[in-house]
Amino acid sequence: MTDAGASAEEETVDYGRRKFLTTATSATAAVGVVFAASPFVASWQPSERARALGAPVTVDLSKLEVGQMIMPVWRKQPVYVFRRPPELVAKLGAHDNRLKDPTSADSEQPAYAMNERRSRRADIAVLIGTCTHLGCLPKQRFEPGDAQLGTDWPGGFLCPCHGSRFDLAGRVFNGSPASVNLRVPPYSFPDEHTLLIGEDGADATQGAA
Amino acid sequence: MASNDAEYSPGFWGWLNKRLPVEKFVREQLLEYYAPKNFNIWYFFGSLALLVLVMQLLSGIFLTMFYKVGDTTSFDSVEFIMREVNYGWLLRYLHSVGASAFFVVIYLHMYRALLYGSYKAPRELLWLFGMFIYLALMAEAFMGYVLPWGNMSYWAAQVIINLFGTIPAIGPGLVEWIRGDYGVADATLNRFFSLHVVAIPLVLLLLVVLHLVALRQVGSNNPDGVEIKEHRGADGKPLDGIPFHPYYTVKDVVGIGLFLTLFAVVVFFVPTLGNLFLEEANFEPANPLSTPDPIAPAWYFTPFYAILRAVPNQRMGALLLLIAVMAFFFLPWLDRSPVRSIRYRGWWFRGFLAAFTISFGALMWLGLRSAIGGYVTAARVFSVGYFAFFLLMPWYTRWDRVKPVPARVRFHA
Repeated sequence: MTDAGASAEEETVDYGRRKFLTTATSATAAVGVVFAASPFVASWQPSERARALGAPVTVDLSKLEVGQMIMPVWRKQPVYVFRRPPELVAKLGAHDNRLKDPTSADSEQPAYAMNERRSRRADIAVLIGTCTHLGCLPKQRFEPGDAQLGTDWPGGFLCPCHGSRFDLAGRVFNGSPASVNLRVPPYSFPDEHTLLIGEDGADATQGAA
Repeated sequence: MASNDAEYSPGFWGWLNKRLPVEKFVREQLLEYYAPKNFNIWYFFGSLALLVLVMQLLSGIFLTMFYKVGDTTSFDSVEFIMREVNYGWLLRYLHSVGASAFFVVIYLHMYRALLYGSYKAPRELLWLFGMFIYLALMAEAFMGYVLPWGNMSYWAAQVIINLFGTIPAIGPGLVEWIRGDYGVADATLNRFFSLHVVAIPLVLLLLVVLHLVALRQVGSNNPDGVEIKEHRGADGKPLDGIPFHPYYTVKDVVGIGLFLTLFAVVVFFVPTLGNLFLEEANFEPANPLSTPDPIAPAWYFTPFYAILRAVPNQRMGALLLLIAVMAFFFLPWLDRSPVRSIRYRGWWFRGFLAAFTISFGALMWLGLRSAIGGYVTAARVFSVGYFAFFLLMPWYTRWDRVKPVPARVRFHA
């Protein structure tokens, strides 16, 4: 190829147009990649089966004694359901100064559980059993003045993984790695001895007195 | 084309090399690749890491032939491998001990870079590729740990996935997306299996190739931290370099022999290494209703785990854990010292490196203990030592009174 030929060719090339076409093609391809990727990303969401198995769970409370706890599973998460002694419920307001979030303002619960005892009924507590720190199961330490946790321990839970401590209403103590209280799932009482976890029920907006 | 034929020897060897550059590759990568002649024991761990990678791929391929993924089958199939597959126990122990050996070798390989400043210019990219290998290895090890579906597997998955939940705004949705269910479940196990046996090994292999190509481009550093390429003989070869083959291939074979001896002792006599390489709680099937007490990750993650637990705030703890891992990436730019090797650095750097070494070891030990009282306080003290090494590096490396660096490597044959 001669020099004259090369320069003649250069004159006919519109570099602006070439750059525009390259950019436009790349941008279109990038949009295509995002669209093509979305089904793959979406496939990781819970499947229809997992969603169907997340339906509400019915629990029989008639045999639950005072101080006893049962652990039904709702949506693959253990739910702590326990009957609290009235004398310990009465003392729940006594250690607010040692709690990170005593009023549960930063914590996750339905409106009817946003009170001092974090429950609809004074006796029955319903809490999602996974620690709000990193998801371990806090162990029961219901006995006040537990040997390991000190004489001022009002009764509650201790997480074996990272040492978070919670009271009998699932509220987190100062000095714990967890920052918020244990979560409360939506629940309702179709009758006095039946608990339905996963459904707010008809009186969802009302807090029990 | 006739003129080209003269370049190739007659017969099959010539025929082959005209079509595939075998001879050219061997010459450029082994026979005429000059490595510094003063390598010491610290230079075994690169080739050992490659060996362990190959061993993990092999034992992993065979384990996959007998393992059945699924929340009802995984645990039983691992027991099947251990008790009924011919030499299944050996395949499994090779793979589980191999995972720990990988981290031993990689940590020593990284420590070598800290000692001799191997991350400094012009080897920044080489270091970054290495760090990405380390990250991929952490993901690979974590997901592999989940596959036997023992109780530690389950709770490790629960805790590590929940770390992503601390990201503001998108956290909870992201956690559900990773798990594919409302809790750690069959869906989680299945996708971890896919990532562990296909996706991450492919990424690892690609990164290893990039790491090696970058190494060939810039050449190896050495214990003196001087550039051998700056002093060449009349023939253009570095005066302080020796051909990789046969000198270092033979040296590496000796290292491999020593390593495999130690490795075999662990595999055959102490495969769990006193609860460190395989934990007792993981010989119990996954139980979503019971957290093992106490819970601890595999030993190679415990320094970061101890840092996480030392912080009494969820988001800050997760953030510090992330910074603790990512800090290594920035070493090439944090280090302002004019010299590379610890041999010519001053006492500032040596002091901080010693503090870092002690802190890393102490955090590793503390991460295996429960998170109460004095252990938490100690973890806080050593976390300060850990982060000080990185955060103060731009200053103490500049104050350091360095010694004059010789032009050529020091070597006494």
